[in-house]
Order: sequence, then C-alpha cells, then structure tokens
Amino acid sequence: MDFTRRETLALGAGAALLTVLPFRVQAAADEAIAAFTGGADVGEGGIELTAPEIAENGNTVPISVSAPGAASIMVLATGNPTPGVATFNFGAGAASQAASTRIRLAGTQDVVAIAKMADGSFVKAASTIKVTIGGCGG
Amino acid sequence: MASGVKPRVKVPKTAAAGEAITIKTLISHKMESGQRKDKEGNVIPRSIINRFTCEFNGESVIDVTMEPAISTNPYFEFEATVPEAGEFKFTWYDDDGDVYDTAKKVAIG
Repeated sequence: MDFTRRETLALGAGAALLTVLPFRVQAAADEAIAAFTGGADVGEGGIELTAPEIAENGNTVPISVSAPGAASIMVLATGNPTPGVATFNFGAGAASQAASTRIRLAGTQDVVAIAKMADGSFVKAASTIKVTIGGCGG
Repeated sequence: MASGVKPRVKVPKTAAAGEAITIKTLISHKMESGQRKDKEGNVIPRSIINRFTCEFNGESVIDVTMEPAISTNPYFEFEATVPEAGEFKFTWYDDDGDVYDTAKKVAIG
C-alpha cells in the first residue's frame, strides 16, 4: 500500500490530534478539581467510590460515594465532554456522608471522587470504568 | 420541561428516635445533556434539573448540585437521621426555573 504525500500528511495530523485530545479533557478535569480544592493538596484514603468495573450502557452507570466526616463530595468523569457530574453537600441531618446515584459516561474512563473533609482537607478516590456503549448520544 | 415530571420518594413511615433511615428518590425528567443532536444535526439545548435538596424539619440533610452527566430520571439514595417526628421536604430545581417538591412525614414508633 502506497501513501501519497497528501495521505501521509493527513495521517500525521490525525495522530497528533489523537494525542492532544485526552490532554485537553484532562485539563478540564484538573481545572474542576482546582476550583473545588482551591489548589490545596489532595490526599488518599478515607473516601470510597463504588462503581462497576464494566458498564454495558453508559447512559446509566450506578455509582456510590462514601466519605465519613466529609462536608461535601464532588464526582468527576474525566473522559466526558464536560467533566462535572455532581457535588453532594451534606447537612447536619445526614446520617452518613454517603450517597448513590446514576451517571452518564461517554466512554471508558476514570471517575474521580474528591471529598472535602470537615477540617478543610481533601481526599480523593478514582475508579476506572469500562463502558461498552457511550452515553452521550450521536 | 414542565410536563410529566413526577417525583417519587421512598421514606419509612416510622422510625425510632435517632435512627438512621435510608431515603430513595427518583424524579422523571429527560435530563437533556446539551450534547445530543437531532436528525438535522442541530444541538438539542440543555434542559436538566440542576439542584436537589432534602430537608428535615428545616434542617439540611443533603444538597446536590447536578451536571448534565446525571442520568435520565435522576435517582438518589442517602441516609438521614430522624431525631424526632417530623417531615422530610424534597425539592428539585429545573434549568427552566421550575421547582418540583414533595414531602413525607415520619412518625416515631
């Protein structure tokens, strides 16, 4: 198979675009994290993100987050066109700092949960979910 | 979307004082993400419920900020403490300014 000069250029441009795109999405997720934490260090542990390993339908993926002692928990889908999913703010009437919901995922990606603890520190947990059919429509 | 929105909430009718109860909520809403396109290729404008709150006797239990990545018919499950008999108030806020609410009474017993 011979490549013409035009085809070779198109291939090169396509490959360059593919490498750039994930970084742009990642940047959006990083911005959302920075906006939530105010640039503070994010630790590990003390938060649990429960999600399926494989989701057949990206339109409804059940997830639950739990972070005892958290004031609020933010959930991000790093591979979605917009990374934000939901922010849970727990009030005095909450028995546990945990919640479950169903989310949309555009494709296989990492879902990140960041909890703001009552003392102002931040912890995060991440989980990779394989998505068979994306949930963002055509 | 103001038509066909029906909130459904599952709360135990009675609870022991100080008991933690599980609350499940579901509201029918198409949650248009603003990413999809119609047959002509035009983007369908975003129309979602952007906030959900639950209060017990005026005290906040949970306050959720929602983004388009929440699925159709938003579902939430969480736990609340019942210190005394009272009423849970659930409120959903739509992008178009509509507010949907429902309430459930809990007795001590």
